[in-house]
Amino acid sequence: MTGHLVGRRGHFGQNAVATFGADRGRSGHFGRKDPREVAETVTDPELPTLTLGDLGVLRDVRIEDGTVVVEITPTYTGCPAMGVMRADLLHALHSAGFPEVDVRTVLSPAWTTDWITEDGRRKLAACGIAPPGTAPVRPSGPVPLHLGPSRRTAACPLCGSPDTEEISEFSSTACKALRRCQSCGEPFEHVKEI
Amino acid sequence: MAHEETVYEALDHAHGGEGQWAFGTGFDAPLAGVDTTVPDGIDPADLGVYCLMLGDDALVLAQRLTQWITAAPELEEEVAVANIALDLLGQARLLLARAGSVGVLGRSRQRATASIPDEDALAYFRDPDEFLSSPLVEAANGDFGRTMVRLLAAATVRLAVLAELRASRDPVLAAIAAKGVHELTYHRDHAARWVVRLGDGTPESHRRAQDGADAVWPLLAEAFTATDVERRLAAAGVAVDPAGTRDEVTGVLTSILQRATLRVPDWPADAPPRGRAGQHGPELTSLVAELQGLAREHPAATW
Repeated sequence: MTGHLVGRRGHFGQNAVATFGADRGRSGHFGRKDPREVAETVTDPELPTLTLGDLGVLRDVRIEDGTVVVEITPTYTGCPAMGVMRADLLHALHSAGFPEVDVRTVLSPAWTTDWITEDGRRKLAACGIAPPGTAPVRPSGPVPLHLGPSRRTAACPLCGSPDTEEISEFSSTACKALRRCQSCGEPFEHVKEI
Repeated sequence: MAHEETVYEALDHAHGGEGQWAFGTGFDAPLAGVDTTVPDGIDPADLGVYCLMLGDDALVLAQRLTQWITAAPELEEEVAVANIALDLLGQARLLLARAGSVGVLGRSRQRATASIPDEDALAYFRDPDEFLSSPLVEAANGDFGRTMVRLLAAATVRLAVLAELRASRDPVLAAIAAKGVHELTYHRDHAARWVVRLGDGTPESHRRAQDGADAVWPLLAEAFTATDVERRLAAAGVAVDPAGTRDEVTGVLTSILQRATLRVPDWPADAPPRGRAGQHGPELTSLVAELQGLAREHPAATW
């Protein structure tokens, strides 16, 4: 993930828009906060310890003609949290003194768990959710069938044992699988690679 | 709880404190900020109809799977089926919104009030003869064995189409397909494992899985026949001609049934696309009635 969000921080000057990148760490333009810093404080409604930045859902924050443009991407197509994320972003930015805010959806490239930051992975593990491994490579042609048991592995976020089994590929949210630790016996969730 | 209060406050704030339509998705437009310009050389009316075909397949199958909630054989499976239905509902929302973005709304717009978004107007205010879904997703669930065979067949067909659709000249369709492929890969694997487990299980589970396959196979008769809209759009590099997916679909399904020690039923002869032309049986009528009944009874309800 690190390449995407962090990499774009330095590019604000290219678009003849306000260069908030240069103001980071100060109380920037118009005596207000950097809108990116405000947007980055917004948390995921299902995983409130993680920010939208941690999840790789926040793709860009910039100013265009006085409007804060925020780009977000859905994790799964049906993720019901998108509406709440949009509303939380509007609320946070309005409260921080940005009356004109446009939250846009970007569908492509499709979200991948590889965009979850190292910080995000630490926070997931800290609240008992095993972070994802590396996402599988998707061929451009037909998708191969996988009939065997899941190849995914995950260490237990509670006791650290690598000896865990998958109970179901689907769990309380679209993005997670359900696993059980063979060592300590506890069930736990795992953000599945996509 | 503090977080939940924030969530609801923020939702309320985003809509100026006005009530939201009670049944739909009006709190979030799935294509908000997406460039929905139709590329040159693509007929918007054809594009919209094609989006309805793919969107209705997803909507109808999502509704069918939802009928298992509170009735699945085990809790984990109930969660799995609900998750798959949610993914499909998400695909349906984007596709119906895309159809609405090019003005393909049928009679729904006259029935739905102006504040109801296009995707909801299409889902809740079209009659069954305006649905362009295929027979494969419409048929009643039957028992769990038949449900999993149907999910396997429907996910295999849809994955083959969406995998190719990732190269569509319409960037919105291509993006929807790229996300959908990730999701459908999970759906197909899940259904395939169940079919193998049931087919290669006890005599009773084998019998039910075989009955399911025998019931589902005839529903594939229209799966490889293109409508005129699909043919025109495929020639323009926008849509997938379903005839081209036949080898992949039959190959995948055959390999799974063989692994499941099930007899592969005879492949049905190709039939003209009736479902894609809005011709449906009574099973879709009752499904649509269940889906739409409350919204049509109280079309102006808000929360």
